[in-house]
Amino acid sequence: MIANRRIVLDWLWPLVAFGALAFVPKLGFSIPKLFDQPIDSPGTLALLAACLLYGGLALTYDIQFGFTGLLSFGHALYIAVGAYIANIAITDWHWSFWPSILFTMGVAFLLSVLLGFVSLRVGGIAFAMVTLAFAQAGAVLALKDPHHWTHGEEGLGADYTKLPKAFVGIVNTKNLYWLALAFVAVVFFIVRWTVDSSPGRIWQAIRENEQRVEVLGLRPRAYKLQAFVLSSTLAAVGGIVYMLLYSGSTLVVTEPNFTLSLLLMVVIGGAGSRWGAVLGGILYTYLDDRLIAIGNSSAVEGLPHALRTPIEQPLFLLGVIFILIVVFLPGGLAGLVVRGRMSGLRRIEAAVRPGVDAA
Amino acid sequence: MSTFVLLTVTGLGLGAMYFLIASGLSLIYGLMGVLNFAHGAFITVGSYGTWWASVHVFEGVHSSLWRWLLSALLGLVLGGVFAALVELILIRPLYARHIEQVLVTVGLQLAFVALVTGIWGPDPKTFVVPPWLHETTDLGGAHIPNDRWIEIATAAVVLALLQLFLRKTRYGLIIRAGVENRAMVQALGIDVRKAFTLVFAIGGVAAAIAGVLSGVYFNVVGPEQGTSLLIFAFIVVVIGGLGSIGGSAVAAVVVGLTQQYTNYYGSSGVGDIVVVLLLGVVLLMRPRGFAGAVVGARA
Repeated sequence: MIANRRIVLDWLWPLVAFGALAFVPKLGFSIPKLFDQPIDSPGTLALLAACLLYGGLALTYDIQFGFTGLLSFGHALYIAVGAYIANIAITDWHWSFWPSILFTMGVAFLLSVLLGFVSLRVGGIAFAMVTLAFAQAGAVLALKDPHHWTHGEEGLGADYTKLPKAFVGIVNTKNLYWLALAFVAVVFFIVRWTVDSSPGRIWQAIRENEQRVEVLGLRPRAYKLQAFVLSSTLAAVGGIVYMLLYSGSTLVVTEPNFTLSLLLMVVIGGAGSRWGAVLGGILYTYLDDRLIAIGNSSAVEGLPHALRTPIEQPLFLLGVIFILIVVFLPGGLAGLVVRGRMSGLRRIEAAVRPGVDAA
Repeated sequence: MSTFVLLTVTGLGLGAMYFLIASGLSLIYGLMGVLNFAHGAFITVGSYGTWWASVHVFEGVHSSLWRWLLSALLGLVLGGVFAALVELILIRPLYARHIEQVLVTVGLQLAFVALVTGIWGPDPKTFVVPPWLHETTDLGGAHIPNDRWIEIATAAVVLALLQLFLRKTRYGLIIRAGVENRAMVQALGIDVRKAFTLVFAIGGVAAAIAGVLSGVYFNVVGPEQGTSLLIFAFIVVVIGGLGSIGGSAVAAVVVGLTQQYTNYYGSSGVGDIVVVLLLGVVLLMRPRGFAGAVVGARA
C-alpha cells in the first residue's frame, strides 16, 4: 500500500501537473491582475516560459545544494556554458544545430568533471568560494572576449537561420513554452529518479553526516562529484533552453548574481524539496518581472521618493523576502506543507559547518 | 624597468585593498565560521558614506585634504557601526546555524546593492580628493600616482595595528583563542559573543577603509564596486588560509601583483583568470591555504 501511495505521489501527480501545464497555451482568456495580456498571447507565454525555465534551473541547483549539501556560488558557469558554447558553435563557427548541442553537452560534462574534481578538494564554505572564483573566471572570459566570439557586453544574438524553425519568431512562442516545460519536467523526473537511487541516497547521507558515510567505507568525494556533474550538465541544458528562449546569450548568465538568484529561489521554495525548488524558481521569476511593472505603474509614481525607491528595485524586495524566509521559515514555502521533520536549510547545516572539511 | 616599477607599486596598491577586505573576512570566518557576503555592503557603506559626507556634511570645508579626511572618518565610523548592527540584529539570532548566517549575509548584500542603486542611481559617483593624490612621484624612472603610496601605507598600518591588537590586548587574545578553539574559550567562562560583535566592527571599518581607497584608486565609487572587490578578497582569503591575518597579507600581495603583471604582459582580463588558476594550484597542493596550520588546528 505504502509503495503504491509513493508511486502515485511521486510519479502520477507530477505527470498530471505537467500535463495540465501543457494546455496553458490553448487558454484564450485573460487573468486581469496577474497578467497584462491574455494567457495565449506571446508576451504572457514568454513570461511563463521564463518562469518554468528558472524553475528547472533552480532544481538543478538544488541537486547540489538541497540534496547533497554542496553550497556552490558558481552554478551560473554551467548555465553560461550552455547558453554561450551552443550559440558560439552555431553563430560564430556556423555549425548546424544538433552537432552544436552535442558539443556543448560534452564541454559542460568535461568541464564539470575537471572543475568539480579540483573544487571538491575543499568542503563547506571554502567550496563555495572556489566555485565562485571559477565562475568569475568564466564571466571575465565572456566579458573580455579574447577570440571575438561572445561580443562582450553586447551579448551574442543567435543566428536564427541555423535554429530549428519551430523555435524562431514570436508566432512560435508557444513552442518555446513547451520547450521550457519539457526542460523542467525532464529535470524533475531525473531528480526524482536519481535521489531515490542508491547513489542519490548516499548524496543525502553526505548532506546529513559526511564522516559517517566515510566510516561506512564509501568515498564521499566520488559521490559529491557525481551530484556536481549531474547538476552542472543539466544546468547546461537549461542554458541551451535559455539561449533559444531569449534568442541569444547575454552576460547576465555569467555573473555571480545569477547563481545567487538561483540560491534565493531554492531557499524561498524550500531546499531539498523538488516541488519547492521549482515553485521557488517560478515565483521568483514572476515577481521579478511583475514588480518592475508595478514599479513603473502610475500608482507608484505618486508615492514619496523614500517609498518608491524600494518598490522600483525588485531585488531589494526579493532580498528582504529571502532574509525573512531564512530567519523565520528555514524550510521555505515547502516547509509550510511538509511538517514534522527537519526541513530545508536545517538539513544542510552539517554540510557547511566549519571544521567538517573534506581532506 | 620603469613599467615594471609602476606595475609593482600598482599591484601592491591593489593588494592593499584586497588585504583590507580579506583581513576582516578571514577573522570573521576564523572566529564564527561565517562567510560574510555582506562585507561587500560594508565596502559600499564606506565608499558611499564618504562620498555622501563630502557632498552633504563637509561641503563647507575649504581644504580638500581636510574635507576628504573628515568625510573618510565618518565613512569608517558608519562602516563599523553598520557592521556591528548587522552582527547584532541579523547574525546573533542565528547563532550556530552557519548556513542560515551565510544566506542572510547573501540576502543583505543583494538587497543593499539594490537599495543603493535605487536611491543614488546606477551611475558611478566621482570622489572629491586632495589634488596631490592624483599627481605622480618619480621612482626608478616611473611616474607613480601618489594614491598608491597611501593605499600601501594604510594597509601596512592596519596590518600592524591588527597584529598588535591580536597579540597584546586581552580581547585580541580571546579572538585568537576563539579562532583556535571556540568551545574551550566558552568553557573558561568568557563571553565569546562580545568578540563576535567586535570582529564584525573591526572587519566593517577595514572594509570601509578599502571602500574609501577604492574610490581614490578607481576615481569613482559605484554600487557594484564592492561586489567585484569582494570576489577577489574571497580568493585571497582561501589562498591565504581561512582565519589567518598574516596569510591574508601574503596572499593579497601575491594576488595583486600577479593580476597587474599578467594583465599588462598578457592581455586585459588574463590577470583575473591567472589568479583563479593560482587558486586552483594552491588548492591542489595545499587544500588549507598558505597558513593552513592555523585552520587545521581547529578541526
